[in-house]
Amino acid sequence: MSAQPLVSRRKLKRYVGKVAFFFLIVAILLFTVFPFYYAILTSFKSGSELFTVDYWIHSLNVGNYASVLGQQSFLDSIWNSVLVSSMTVLIAMLLGVTAAYALGRVRFRGRGPILMIVLGVSMFPQVAVLSGLFEVIRAMDLYNNPWSLVFSYTIFTLPFTVWVLTTFMRQLPKELEEAAIVDGASPVVTLFKVFVPLMGPAMATTGLLAFIAAWNEFLFALTFTLTNDQRTVPVAIALITGGSQHELPWGTLMAASVIVTVPLIVLVLIFQRRIVSGLTAGAVKG
Amino acid sequence: MALSKTDPVATRPVPPAPVQAMPRRRGRVSRQRVRAAWLFLIPMLLVLAGVAGWPLLRTIWFSLTDASFSDLTSYHFIGLENYLVYDDGAWYGVLADPVWWHAVWNTVFFTVVSVSLETVFGLVIALTLNMQFRGRGWVRAATLVPWAIPTIVSAKMWGWMLHDQFGIINHILLGLGVIDSPLNWTANPDLSMWAVIMVDVWKTTPFMALLALAALQMLPSDCYEAAKVDGINPVKVFFRVTLPLITPALMVAIIFRVLDALRVFDVIYVLTSNSEDTMSMSVYARQQLVQFQDVGYGSAASTVLFLIIALLTITYLYLGRKQIGGDA
Repeated sequence: MSAQPLVSRRKLKRYVGKVAFFFLIVAILLFTVFPFYYAILTSFKSGSELFTVDYWIHSLNVGNYASVLGQQSFLDSIWNSVLVSSMTVLIAMLLGVTAAYALGRVRFRGRGPILMIVLGVSMFPQVAVLSGLFEVIRAMDLYNNPWSLVFSYTIFTLPFTVWVLTTFMRQLPKELEEAAIVDGASPVVTLFKVFVPLMGPAMATTGLLAFIAAWNEFLFALTFTLTNDQRTVPVAIALITGGSQHELPWGTLMAASVIVTVPLIVLVLIFQRRIVSGLTAGAVKG
Repeated sequence: MALSKTDPVATRPVPPAPVQAMPRRRGRVSRQRVRAAWLFLIPMLLVLAGVAGWPLLRTIWFSLTDASFSDLTSYHFIGLENYLVYDDGAWYGVLADPVWWHAVWNTVFFTVVSVSLETVFGLVIALTLNMQFRGRGWVRAATLVPWAIPTIVSAKMWGWMLHDQFGIINHILLGLGVIDSPLNWTANPDLSMWAVIMVDVWKTTPFMALLALAALQMLPSDCYEAAKVDGINPVKVFFRVTLPLITPALMVAIIFRVLDALRVFDVIYVLTSNSEDTMSMSVYARQQLVQFQDVGYGSAASTVLFLIIALLTITYLYLGRKQIGGDA
């Protein structure tokens, strides 16, 4: 007789736990997704609609998108960002995979110190090289030119790429290489014919993370470019201004933000498993 | 750090260790390989020297001069005057500037508070995602969204949400009766640092959550079953078993975040621009360098920031040396 209420109490406890867990998940989803949802919502508002707070998307007014995409300087900055990010990734990959082969597969004196240097550079505060780098860029006549960013971004993409690719390279079985050596293949052939094909997934991961890092970089882009047509997207968005602080064109600002963010979010969602593995291997913030 | 590779996608976040040595009998091949290794490394080392080593040395050199941003070719050596100088009864230089020390305090406060909050929230999300429930993949994907958004964009998004007149945060708080009048989040000196922290926590919690989740997924399940059979309180299990086991992996993530937070620039610059209430060391240095055109003084501030981070990095590497050397 007394067992009956006990069971129902346990059931009740489980039910309460389930509801609490459900609310926890809802809270997590709200916390992570709501700000971006709100940006999308704002981007579809026009004029005075901005001054009332809404929780749901009522109208799909694309005027803000039209006005952003109608600005030549914004299109320029998208192109600059694409160019800078892809060239940075290409250079980091090329230099990174060769260095990672040397550091991950060959045993030689000085390897430890080089790994330390690579790790050390990845922790450089960017502002610490700002004036020195500015001088170098001036000397190379690259000031106010996106190529100055391709050059300067290697300071964070290269150490990261080398580090993560070395970790992956090390995990490949050594029999692969022994077979190649027995066959008399040179190190260059071994690297490009044996390892690079196997490193495809790892390189895709690191490349994607490096791309995102370059796409999002702000300090160098703000300092090394001057005119609207040479800027990258983050600087272009940061410098969108109205007449005063209170007249910022929030609608177009949010439209621009959504335009440059959606491709990244799509990429990240497609490659989420890879990104997680890359982040844990490199333990760096993207 | 004895985490086994049970999860194929999650590799443990420790520095790479070398592969086993090739058998010594292949002396000629091994010499050829070492030579090739150096040839492979030289381009990378040259680029790093050009983009990091040389500019750093130049920054340190500039910090000892009175160079100006508009013309970096003519300057005079002035010793340590940019750092600290006693002149006519008063101290001058970065180290005597109250604004600099305020920036140092802001940076430290920002780092400690935001990294702590990120760790706690990250752990909560990771523990949730570690449970079995329907739609888990979707929730995990959703947690990646803030991480994918550029810092500038998140700062602007939050700037709009925190807007004093039309922002949704004030709207919600007013509706709930928490506040009676709208708050000016980004301009009020008491609130602006918290606004910055809010944005940073939102943006970087996913990173912490993913690293914590990777560590959780590598834990052996048998001790949990034992604890379950013994009927031990799950909270107790978390603090006695789970937390100690994932602490090493969590520490790596925390250290990376700390080093990252100490050089914070973009979120502060965009959200509150050059306000002294939120100015970080990087914002201070860049303002001196670019806005005030004082390359000597700005470089001195940059050098001090570099030394602080270098000191922390060296401490970390020294403590972690066992780990790196251990696998070798």
